[in-house]
This record gives sequence, structure tokens and C-alpha cells, in this order.
Amino acid sequence: MELQQGIFILMGLAMIIAAGLAMHVKDLISSIIAVGVVSLFASLLYLLMQAPDVAMTEAAIGAGLSTLIFLYALHKTKDVEEEND
Amino acid sequence: MIKRIIPAILVISIFFMLLKVMTNITPKYDLTGVSKTYAEQGASDLGAMNLVTAIVVTYRGLDTLGEVAVLFMAGTGIALLLRRKKKKKGSVAKKREASEILQTGSKLLVPIIMMFGAYIFINGHLSPGGGFQGGAAIASAVMLMFLADNSFKINHKVFGLIESLSGMFYVIIGILGLVMIGADHFLDSRLLPLGEFGKILSAGTIPIIYTLVGLKVGTELASIIDNMKGDLE
Amino acid sequence: MNITNIVHIIGFALILIGFWGMLTQKNMIKIILGLAIVEVGVQLVMVAFGFIEGRTAPILDSAVELSKASELIVDPVPQALVLTAIVIGVAVNALMLTFVIRLYQKKRSLSINDYKDLKW
Repeated sequence: MELQQGIFILMGLAMIIAAGLAMHVKDLISSIIAVGVVSLFASLLYLLMQAPDVAMTEAAIGAGLSTLIFLYALHKTKDVEEEND
Repeated sequence: MIKRIIPAILVISIFFMLLKVMTNITPKYDLTGVSKTYAEQGASDLGAMNLVTAIVVTYRGLDTLGEVAVLFMAGTGIALLLRRKKKKKGSVAKKREASEILQTGSKLLVPIIMMFGAYIFINGHLSPGGGFQGGAAIASAVMLMFLADNSFKINHKVFGLIESLSGMFYVIIGILGLVMIGADHFLDSRLLPLGEFGKILSAGTIPIIYTLVGLKVGTELASIIDNMKGDLE
Repeated sequence: MNITNIVHIIGFALILIGFWGMLTQKNMIKIILGLAIVEVGVQLVMVAFGFIEGRTAPILDSAVELSKASELIVDPVPQALVLTAIVIGVAVNALMLTFVIRLYQKKRSLSINDYKDLKW
């Protein structure tokens, strides 16, 4: 097996584990961060697959803005009492 | 129990569908059909170094216009659903301030990130990047300002003006193609001369269109973030 | 086993995980997270369709000879499609989260089991 295929397989395993964790853990913040990790690894895979345009979009939007939007939505759906911690 | 069995059956059937797809894929060894035409004629046709940009802006320009419209509709829907109720001024709760490092660093970094975003979409026809990536970079600069300063507010009038004017000019450039070149040349980038291959002022209207798309996407994503953030009571 | 097949397997696995999460989770934010994972999987599969081993990115700089461009670059069309799909994806996710926020303001619950208005 060549080095490049090994890198792809390792990164794919990391993505699949992160996606599984995102669906499994009870804590919503951890789950949102895990989805961000999946997006970040996806952007690395796009870069290795000779798609720099898509890699830039995914890194800026998928891993950055999307995570923040989810976190804001999570913040807005908490009860007022829990917020003061 | 039944709530576990039905999803399991569905997921297993999706698995077999994907397996069927998987076994029928043959890896490509050559460009075929429309991709081959684009790769062979893109440079001489449109003068853009980045073929993805050439496809997004000109060959598939109508799709991009539709996509910008979808983004606009999503942004409008979010603004409509999360419109703010007028609050009493006095009842502003105390919020935790951002840390010193974040405040100072954001003052230094925000102009640089904005300039980088502009650089990305102006150079969209020469290097990787373009309107969508540059717009996202600008929106992340606005996001950094939101994180650093609790009381920071964007100027909705200016943002709305930039957004609607850039959308309007995008459509006007498209219609100019119809008028000046021919009936089937909507959003054709050959309105302006193609110029020298590889220079920043080349490729016809591609840099102009991508600048407009960058401004539109940047302001739209920033407005979406602003609406999602809301007042954070 | 070449790289296209490896990435297809990764993408299909992400699609399955995302669908499983969407169908079994009760929390509405987690359902949307499942949809986000499905989106990443579909986009990976689409980019992998256009990948050809040993070729370079579709940017015609000094590394690519213009007359032989179609033998040196990967397929640019799937990349252009995925580029727009990512931006649309985040806008649609934000719209769905907005619906969740409105529903929460109505009933103060994130569990999908509490919304039975249309259930017969």
C-alpha cells in the first residue's frame, strides 16, 4: 500500500469516528464540534484530491461559519435559568 | 422497539443501494464529454486561468445566479422568522466581556482578514478562490467582531444597500450580454476584451462578476450570523 | 483499491451514519447535525467522481501546458457543482435552525416527540 492511500484511509477513519461520536454523545456542544472536525478533515481530503477551490470553501464555510451558527442556535434554545452560569 | 427497527430497515436498504452504486463505478482515466471541451477551450474562450471559476461564472452562470437567489431567500427567511421585538432599553442584562487578547487581536486582524477576502475574490480567475470563498472570509471577519465586542452592531442599511446593488448589477451584466452579443449569451463574460492571459485585468467580466458575488455572499452570510446571534438577551 | 474507491467508501459511510442519526435521534439540533454529515458525505462522493490519479488541479498556470490541458488536469465540473452546493448547504442549515429556534420559543422543548400537532 502506498503512502498516499494510507493517508486517505487514516483521515477517513478519523472522519467516520468523529461522525459516529457526533451522533453518539449526549452533550450537544461536543457533537457540534465533532461535526466541525468532520468538515475540516473533508477540506483536507478535497485538497489532496486536487480541488483547492472546494477545499477553501469547505474550510471557511463548513468548518468555520457553520459551527458558529450551530453554537448560536444552541445558545438561543437554552432556558434563561441555565444561562447564567 | 419499533422505533429502532424501522430506521434500521431504512438504513440497511440505503446501504444496499449505495453498495450497488459502488460496485458499478469505474474510475475515470480520461476527461470525457463536456469536461473535455471546457478543458480544451476554456483558456482560449474565456481567458480564465482557473477553470472552476470559468465554469461557475460563465459556462454555468445561470446556476450561480439561481444559487445566489437561494442564498438571498434563505437569508430573508431567517430575518423574517427571527425578527426582534422591541425591548425596553433599561433591561439590558450584564454580559461577560470578551478577553483582552481577543479584543486587541481582533482590532489588529479584522482589516487584514477583510483585505484577504477582497484579494481572494479579485484574483478568482487566476488562483484558487473566488466570490464564495472571499465572501465567507469577509463574513468571518464580521463574526470575529461579534465575538470580540458584545455591543457591536452591523449597519443594516449599508449592508442591505451593498447586497441589493451588487445583486442588481449582476443581473444587469447578464442582460447586457443578451443585448450586446446575442440572444443566447446571458451572463457571457466576453462583454469586455479578454486581455492578456494570466494578468489581473483579463478574462472579460469574470473579475467584475466575482467581485459582485463576493460582496453579495459576504453581506448575506454576515446578516445571517447577525440574525442568528440576535440579542442574546 | 485506488483513491477514488477509498473516498467513495468514506463518503458512503458518512451518508449512512448521518441517516442513522437523523432517523434515531430525538433532539432536533442533532437531526440537523445528521443532515450536515450527510451533506459532507455526498459532496465527498461527488468530488471523488471527478478525481483522476496523477493529475493536477484545474488551474492552467505554468505547470500545465495549454495545448495538452485535457490530459493533465482533473475534472473541473464536479468541483464547480460542489462549490455551490456547500454554500447552499450552510444557508439551508441556518434556515432549519431558525425553525428550531421558533419552535423552541413556542413550546420550550427541543425533543421531536413533543411536536405532535400533525400526528394522527
